[in-house]
Amino acid sequence: MTAAPALGRLTDDQRAIRDAVQTLARERVAPRAAEIDRTATFPEDLRLLLAEQGILGLPFPERFGGLGADLLTVCLAIEALSSACATTGLILAVQELGALPLLLAGTEEQLDRFVPGLAAGSDLIAFALTEADAGSDAAAVRTRAVRDGETYLISGTKRFISHGSVASLVTVFAVTDPEADRRRRLSAFVVETTSPGFSVSRLEHKMGIRGSPTAELAFDDVRVPVANRIGAEGDGFGLAMRTLDRSRPGIAAQAVGIAQGALDAAAAYAGQRRQFGKSIGEFQLVQGLLADMDARTEAARQLLYTACDEIERGAPDAGRWSALCKLVAGDAAMAVTTDAVQVFGGYGYLDDFPVERMMRDAKITQLYEGTQQIQRLVIARALLARDA
Amino acid sequence: MRIVVLMKPVPDPGEERLGADGRLDRSVSAVINGNDEYVLEAALQLVEAHGGEVTLLSMAPAGMTDPIRKALAMGAARAVLVTDPGLAGACAWSTAQVLAAALRTLEYDLVLAGADTSDGGGGVVGSAIATLLHHPYLSHARKIEPFEGGVRVERISAVGHDVLEAALPAVVAGTQLLGEPRYPSLRGIMGARSKEIATRTLAEIGLDDRPVGGAHATTTLLDTRAPAARGSTRVVRDLDPAAAAAAIVDFLVERRAL
Repeated sequence: MTAAPALGRLTDDQRAIRDAVQTLARERVAPRAAEIDRTATFPEDLRLLLAEQGILGLPFPERFGGLGADLLTVCLAIEALSSACATTGLILAVQELGALPLLLAGTEEQLDRFVPGLAAGSDLIAFALTEADAGSDAAAVRTRAVRDGETYLISGTKRFISHGSVASLVTVFAVTDPEADRRRRLSAFVVETTSPGFSVSRLEHKMGIRGSPTAELAFDDVRVPVANRIGAEGDGFGLAMRTLDRSRPGIAAQAVGIAQGALDAAAAYAGQRRQFGKSIGEFQLVQGLLADMDARTEAARQLLYTACDEIERGAPDAGRWSALCKLVAGDAAMAVTTDAVQVFGGYGYLDDFPVERMMRDAKITQLYEGTQQIQRLVIARALLARDA
Repeated sequence: MRIVVLMKPVPDPGEERLGADGRLDRSVSAVINGNDEYVLEAALQLVEAHGGEVTLLSMAPAGMTDPIRKALAMGAARAVLVTDPGLAGACAWSTAQVLAAALRTLEYDLVLAGADTSDGGGGVVGSAIATLLHHPYLSHARKIEPFEGGVRVERISAVGHDVLEAALPAVVAGTQLLGEPRYPSLRGIMGARSKEIATRTLAEIGLDDRPVGGAHATTTLLDTRAPAARGSTRVVRDLDPAAAAAAIVDFLVERRAL
């Protein structure tokens, strides 16, 4: 049973949506989680479920068939799904991430063309910024987009692209002006994955989120109409950074969900497992572990919800809030899942119980959408700029 | 087809508590009575296939709107809630009179009821309403199909099922064999906030001077007892049968029973 977070700050709609997604997570997602992890297979059945229930429509405007939910509501859904299965929570998080450049800077014509399928959940969209040599240094992208009449020819290779092999659309960041300042070199494009020259060149074997396909994407002179460029030439890097300001809370929500799932499993186990003639939950050393897990999880959750509110109201330091919540939640998820394995003892190390999976899944939240080290840079820069 | 689904908010099964008066404490969190959720699903499928609308009809304390909102989120168009302080402790006969009076104020072709409720469990309200309104009554339905002017029902029996037909309007009591209820979609949940829950007092359905409610119960509650405590019980609720079996084996091994 997932513990209910403090209710006072949530609206009736947010509470109702969170409760509904928690029910689905408990009844439909949790029973699939171990198999998704073991077989490392994308859960197409759960994608369909999320689409049918309107969950994938949460981040999209109502006029395109979405639910027009605010950032906190999207995060509540990601959190609830991730408490059962991090791979399933990521389906919604990546859908939002991939679509954010369009939602932030797309023209009405582009929104009209792409968003209805995304809101319905019939189309998935991936976010392709990272390359083998452009990870934390995102501006070092080498993929090129060369203007050719009313089209661009895109060539290069993207790496670590979540959903790259299951998405029908990919938002690609490519260099349009190699001579420009590093913040003006890139432009963003929507690429349909049926385009000639597009291919999935490799799927990664990962430690966690094993059901979520992470692809290497090859672009071999993929021809994309100018009408698919998001924003002006040179806007790409800024757009990518604005996207991450808004998407990192989704990863924080995934982390909080994983932590809560591990805490719930550990608390239940501590009440059942008997040693020395009593349940291990009666021993103070175990109680201390559980209490610290709860405190870390709740602290991360409350920071996440505050960050969502701040970002939604247009706080000037949105990037700082976004980095703060991902930093704290990612570290909380790693610590809490590690302690959950400890509460389970030797059994926690076996895949008979969910906590070892949760511990492996937690690690990614400290790595993607900016490592924890990058989050610290973002926070520190915001602090120094404020005092400058 | 205009369908009224009789829906009772009940205490969450397993969470029931008795109040000091020996009656169920209805202040605990309420859910849609399980059987009612199944007949609601059947009603929604009927209107999706044949057109029409589903109206919910409940008799419950005024605050008990969460289960009604959930039923609206599943797809019912509106709800009517008969609520009156005088109704606390109503017997099945009173309940049937109240719901029948409320039905007289509504337009409908078909009334669907769950076979019984998880709290009262009498299973007689549907048939009593049919009697009061002079409607045909078809019970224990596992399948409901409309045809021009009538309804055809498969009624489970000890040896299989009977096929029954009746003219409309009719009352059908359904079982869980009708099929799993849907999850409310998020769109349904958000849309349900703007749907109407019309509350009616006894006066508004013309029953203010009639002998209904707790004060006029035809049955008298003498005593209520919870089952005797059986010591500590551990219930294994793992959805994965293999994991559930493993938990039971672990439990037995720990006690050296295996």
